[in-house]
Amino acid sequence: MSTASAAGPLLSVQDLGVTFGTADGPVRAVDGVSFDLTEGRTLGIVGESGSGKSVTAKALMNLLPSYAEVEGSITFGGRDLRALAAARERHFWGVELTMVFQDPMTSLNPVKRIGEQIAECLRVHLGRSRKVATAEALDLLERVGIPEPRKRLRQYPHELSGGLRQRVVIAMALACGPRLLIADEPTTALDVTVQKHILDLLDDLRRERAMSMILITHDLGVVKGRADDVMVMYGGRTMESAETPTLFGRMHHPYTRALLETIPRIDAPAHTRLVPIPGRPPSPAEVGRSCPFAARCRHRIDDCLDGVPPLVPVPVGAAGAEGAEDASHHSACIVSVGSDGRGDS
Amino acid sequence: MAGSGTDHLRDPAAHDDVVLRVEHLVQEFPAGRSGGRRQVVHAVSDVSLDVRRGETLGIVGESGCGKSTTARALVQLPPPTSGRVVLDPGAATEVEMVALSGSALRAVRPRMQMIFQDPISSLNPRRSVRDIVGEGLAIWSKASDGLHQQARVDEVLEAVGIDPEVAATRRPHQFSGGQCQRISIARAVVMDPEILICDEPVSALDVSVQAQILNLLEDMKERYGLTLVFISHDLSVVRNVSDRVAVMYLGKLCEVGDADALYERPAHPYTRVLLASAPEPAPTVDPSDADIGDEIPSPIDPPSGCRFRTRCPRATERCAAEEPVMRQVGDDHYVACHFPSI
Repeated sequence: MSTASAAGPLLSVQDLGVTFGTADGPVRAVDGVSFDLTEGRTLGIVGESGSGKSVTAKALMNLLPSYAEVEGSITFGGRDLRALAAARERHFWGVELTMVFQDPMTSLNPVKRIGEQIAECLRVHLGRSRKVATAEALDLLERVGIPEPRKRLRQYPHELSGGLRQRVVIAMALACGPRLLIADEPTTALDVTVQKHILDLLDDLRRERAMSMILITHDLGVVKGRADDVMVMYGGRTMESAETPTLFGRMHHPYTRALLETIPRIDAPAHTRLVPIPGRPPSPAEVGRSCPFAARCRHRIDDCLDGVPPLVPVPVGAAGAEGAEDASHHSACIVSVGSDGRGDS
Repeated sequence: MAGSGTDHLRDPAAHDDVVLRVEHLVQEFPAGRSGGRRQVVHAVSDVSLDVRRGETLGIVGESGCGKSTTARALVQLPPPTSGRVVLDPGAATEVEMVALSGSALRAVRPRMQMIFQDPISSLNPRRSVRDIVGEGLAIWSKASDGLHQQARVDEVLEAVGIDPEVAATRRPHQFSGGQCQRISIARAVVMDPEILICDEPVSALDVSVQAQILNLLEDMKERYGLTLVFISHDLSVVRNVSDRVAVMYLGKLCEVGDADALYERPAHPYTRVLLASAPEPAPTVDPSDADIGDEIPSPIDPPSGCRFRTRCPRATERCAAEEPVMRQVGDDHYVACHFPSI
């Protein structure tokens, strides 16, 4: 959709790079990542461990350790986040930009009652009185679907199930009315029956509050029905990005295709032979001067090892009308985009 | 579900293909005292299963359903509170494992091997990979001499795709998670077991590595004539590897049947919930089937009757009063529910 308002995107990330200094030398965890997020939309970031998806989220949240070297620019609502971070404007994070983490137990303080923890955000960031903050905390618990909210206010995290804990974390993230919520594998630690409810809840809240959301996951299936746009990361770089229906309909990058093909399908008969991806994901220490997926790619040619392929617009194939290229669909692969016809489709 | 009963078991007298028969397995753990009364976690309550030679039996369920406890009770880690675990029922080599202890139990153990979820923590970090894989053989002296043992270890390592030369000198931390899982498989297979129990073998792996391991397990099954018990929370993975599937909830069996039949015609309401909750729901169920409460009851004080009734959309008074037992709903398809979908 081209609903990008005249004011431009809510979040704009340009050429983000994150390097960690380690005993074994610098490790480049995120390399040249750029994307825009329009107000009210959900961006799904899909990747395996080491793809750089969580480091990207932490860079946005200003949560990287001091030994991380960040490059590039992050603009949110017209403000330069890296400058804000440098100026120690702590009240920005947790208010306009909040995050929900994978493990709800470790994101909550085990020795503090649920009610106090939610009220704390409201008191610290918005200066609410204890009484008002507690009343708002009760409303939030109700809104995120926690049964008997009054009783829960007085309980400790260990008294709640994993699903309820994650609802509490979501309530805390919503407390200050954020414009963007980043959910980093919010359901990976939860059971399937609970997982769906949490994802549905996040989706409802996003709609109702006209929030934007970044949904980070290792599971292409999770973003399929829920994200407006998808960005696939591998080895610290963006491999492919597009609006969700385009990505699933006209998958371009060999990694995206391999990832989808390698996952067993719930509706395929038993013992369907899986299509494995050989090798293993690269460790950030191995990020080099070639396509990060080249070592495992079926379509590799010599040129793949020579330089990092740029993320370029994907031409709409013969099936597309005379529209030139799909402005929202980008892929970082020289093989299938190559004009020499060597690409295999 | 909440089902007990043994209708779904094959009669060993009529079928000689049953390699493992589990009857009325109960596993309880003490959970301290409350109000002066000793409390007990009912982790597995009256589960009966049989495993047929050469098949893969998938056990699927959410955390706390007792699937891993069941797997561990099969290998007597620890032995169950009650019930019977019979290897080769009806054959001359029949052994009932629960009654065994000490050296008699140790003598049976090589016949049933296990691989675990976390491939790295299940390998001794201080030993070379070849030593880890060969240790079982060294203890049991299954091969008559050291040379044969070494040849067997190398053969199995090659079969799982690990270079024996490399394995001779390297330790587990020098391998990736996927490779460590290959090593775990080699360590189990080298003992020439009849049954391989896989407890969430791919849950800790990246999706791009998962298919390698699942394909490897299929190859190993073929090559070494294994029977697999495969435990997972992932319905897609279970469907892919299993010939038959058992669904568990809160320590009980809900539904057991042929994998394709169970996925295409799920009869138990809980099976339908699971299938509808997957990130990409199965086409055979309605997405609204997933709309149930989140709260799983405590295994310390499980609901009366059917244990799923507190979350079940179809529950009636009968479900609270009377525990459903396994009954047949199709060819090789059994369900423990008063109101199954058929």
